Amino acid sequence: MSDLIADKVNMVFTTPTGGKVHALKDVSFTLKEGELLSVLGPSGCGKTTLLNIIAGFNRPTGGAFYLGDHEISGPDTERGMVFQQGALFEWLTVAENVNFGLRMKKANKKETARKVEEWLEIVGLQGFGDTPTYQLSGGMQQRVALARCLINDPDLILMDEPLGALDALTREKMQSLVLKIWKETGKTIMIITHSVEEALLLGERLFVMAPRPGRLHKEYRLPFAEKGVDGDMRDIKNSAEFAQVREEILTMIWDMEEEIMGKAEAA
Amino acid sequence: MIIGILFIALLAAVIWSIFHGRKVLRTEKSDAVFGNPERALGGWHWVVAGVSSVMVLWLYFSWDAGRSYFPQAANEMCQVAKLNRSANPIRAAFPLDNRQLRGTQLLQRDGLQIALMNQRLAAAELLSEADRTELQAIINDMESAMNAQASPEFIDPTIEGQLNGIADRINQLSDKMADDAYPGPADPAQMEKALAQPGWGETNVEIPPLAETERGRKFDAASLEMEAIAKDFGKIRNNTGAIKAKLDALKERYEGFAIEGGADAAVVAERKALIRQIDKIYKRIDDGKIFPPSITQQVEDALITLDDTQKSQQGTLRIIDALAMPGGTIIAGNSACSEQGSGRWLPKPSDTWKTLTRLADPDIGFKDAPLLWYKMTPLAGIADYFVPDWVADLIPGEYPRHDDNGQIQMNLKGEVYNIATGNYPSPMIPVPMGHVWDSLLRVLAGLFFGILFGVPLGLAMGLSRFFKGFFDPLIELYRPIPPLAWAPLILTIFGIQDDGKIFLLFMVAFAIMVISARTGATGTHLSKIHAAHSLGASKGQIIRRVILPNSLPEILTGIRIAIGVCWGTLVAAEMLAGTTGIGFVENVARKQSDYEIIWTTIIIMGLLGLLFDVLMRWVINKTIPWRGKG
Ligand SMILES: Nc1ncnc2c1ncn2[C@@H]1O[C@H](COP(=O)(O)OP(=O)(O)OP(=O)(O)O)[C@@H](O)[C@H]1O
Ligand SMILES: [Mg+2]
Repeated sequence: MSDLIADKVNMVFTTPTGGKVHALKDVSFTLKEGELLSVLGPSGCGKTTLLNIIAGFNRPTGGAFYLGDHEISGPDTERGMVFQQGALFEWLTVAENVNFGLRMKKANKKETARKVEEWLEIVGLQGFGDTPTYQLSGGMQQRVALARCLINDPDLILMDEPLGALDALTREKMQSLVLKIWKETGKTIMIITHSVEEALLLGERLFVMAPRPGRLHKEYRLPFAEKGVDGDMRDIKNSAEFAQVREEILTMIWDMEEEIMGKAEAA
Repeated sequence: MIIGILFIALLAAVIWSIFHGRKVLRTEKSDAVFGNPERALGGWHWVVAGVSSVMVLWLYFSWDAGRSYFPQAANEMCQVAKLNRSANPIRAAFPLDNRQLRGTQLLQRDGLQIALMNQRLAAAELLSEADRTELQAIINDMESAMNAQASPEFIDPTIEGQLNGIADRINQLSDKMADDAYPGPADPAQMEKALAQPGWGETNVEIPPLAETERGRKFDAASLEMEAIAKDFGKIRNNTGAIKAKLDALKERYEGFAIEGGADAAVVAERKALIRQIDKIYKRIDDGKIFPPSITQQVEDALITLDDTQKSQQGTLRIIDALAMPGGTIIAGNSACSEQGSGRWLPKPSDTWKTLTRLADPDIGFKDAPLLWYKMTPLAGIADYFVPDWVADLIPGEYPRHDDNGQIQMNLKGEVYNIATGNYPSPMIPVPMGHVWDSLLRVLAGLFFGILFGVPLGLAMGLSRFFKGFFDPLIELYRPIPPLAWAPLILTIFGIQDDGKIFLLFMVAFAIMVISARTGATGTHLSKIHAAHSLGASKGQIIRRVILPNSLPEILTGIRIAIGVCWGTLVAAEMLAGTTGIGFVENVARKQSDYEIIWTTIIIMGLLGLLFDVLMRWVINKTIPWRGKG
């Protein structure tokens, strides 16, 4: 059992001028193995901070994360990460990017090559192994990033706005790919997004975060991801239920934004 | 001849490419975007225009083109220059090349001296009234003697006759020069000798001095006559007759002035100084170079006639001088003629090429070394160079000793020592050598060590607070110092051999490499490092697999810059000290004022610099094609 448990996680940044930013306040939740979680919230509410702490890049100033039986204390291959953009190694080819993790582990070369083939096929990039990554389109680059993360077989996959820089069509395709991978591999996936629709589609569970201080505001359990695995995305989006949840969340976020603006004006 | 054709061809190329460029420009009219980067791609016709223009200018201003079209011109102009040179002593006395008559200048100068004397005398309070009156009278006499020289009233009739004689002789020379027959048939032996001279620029003599053509012979002969006239003119002095009487009386009077006698030392010294000054001015006046202008007018007129005649006799030569030899002319010296102006300091391309081929010939080279050649070297010698001798000392045991029979029993230690010293038979292999190679090797060695130490330190500084904080001030402190400022110190410490120069270049390259590697390392996108971390890379792996390749564009750009700076520093350092290298060659040539070798070395350096840069650009394109696309 490798569930992700957040236990009263707090993160307070000290700015160079000495000010304090309470980026996360008393964040507690449990993410069960195999769950698909999407996180939504206005800009600056601490989503990236949350993810960076789970990935182990930052240590929280209070509380702790547990994955399975141990506390998270640093980056590790058990937690894979997919970034928005620019995190591919452009000096390497597609295949070299994908097998980077295995090469770092000095894994068996033949085995590695076979796995790379397999993963390139899953993400729909067969035959692109020898292409330099800087020649790929944005959507293709994100597929490589996905494959690079997944080939390491992590227990938990963290994605920070992975589809944020893609056009609508590519984005839709990538959403199906994420759902497909989730279903086929049964991995725990935590995905941060700015798009309410995406959050609804790619979240079995959905956290809406609120800013200042960054905290979990509301949690939803949603049926759309499960449906989306084999169903038609467009139908789901057009359903009345989807529209209703979407409006609810949008209003919530709008209210938060307005509150922020109000606070800013008052200040 | 080849140069002549080349010149026309290059000129045609310039004109053609300009017209072609204009035609292409017209087709580009549809492109209304001014800042369009497409336009920065240039066009090869503009390359042709640029290169050809430079070559045309070079050929023209070095007089190479002129020489090829008018190979005789220099020899003829040399004869003209000889005439001008021989006429100079007379001309200098008249306002022809100067503003004033020489007599006017002398009167002004000596008059000023006399005025100063008057002032001084008035201030000489030490002297008695009698002394002052006498000295004042002497000075007044001196002034009147000087002024008398300018007056036709006092002139000695013989002097007047001599001056008229000079004017006549100059006029006769003008008449002779206008005559086609002058100076009569050539002496065949003399002519043969003249025609056997090496041509213009073929030897160090540069310009053949003996007249080879009819026109040349005319000027040559005239110059000899003019020389005699000038000599006679120089002997004429306006200090005879009535002037002599005045001068003698003056001399007697001031020599009779009592310096010693009945006074203290200060007064004696004052008198002595004044009389010495009077004597000085007297000698100038006695020189007799002041004449009444009305008397010398004829000589002046004769000179003007001669100048007009010789100019018209030059004919086309004057046009050739103006057009084919721009920025200067040919002048005559004591023993030879030489080019003056751009023809002198801008070597002709054809001569430069000849010098280059001569220096490139391994049998000739420069100062005991070829420019770039190879020599067969035993392979063992190379091992000797790279393996330090003390390696053998590290082997346990003792070096072999000979036994009582004089036999030596070799052991391992001895064998290793032999290898380290290159003391064993080995095949010969060709190894490059020469000035260019030496320079190249120094630059590459300096660069190599600069990269070897600079890149790791730079990366460390980009990654660690300690390294950044500790080394940054040190490097920033020594980096802005011009490398050559270190040179005297380093050459003293390391000696003038390669070590010092390599260390100097190392310092230059090191700072550049540190800074570029640091920039590269700090420029690594954090998400790349995050990604590498969560893919399980260790610290070392992140440095080697992520930060180093990510810094590669900056590092390679740094190398490119470092090569350029090292190359410049090296040449300057080689000029300071050493016995080989391209900078050494230039320095020796500089001391010998051998402009052709100087230009040759400049061209070699330019080409090598270009080669390095093209090479680096190629390497950059090959190794970091992703640059700017990440
Ligand atoms: N290193 C840091 N030092 C100081 N403050 C920080 C630092 N990193 C983040 N913050 C602050 O913490 C808050 C949360 O930042 P975070 O990047 O997690 O927001 P986010 O939800 O990911 O926003 P976005 O949706 O725009 O990506 C912000 O107010 C930010 O200014
Ligand atoms: Mg963020």
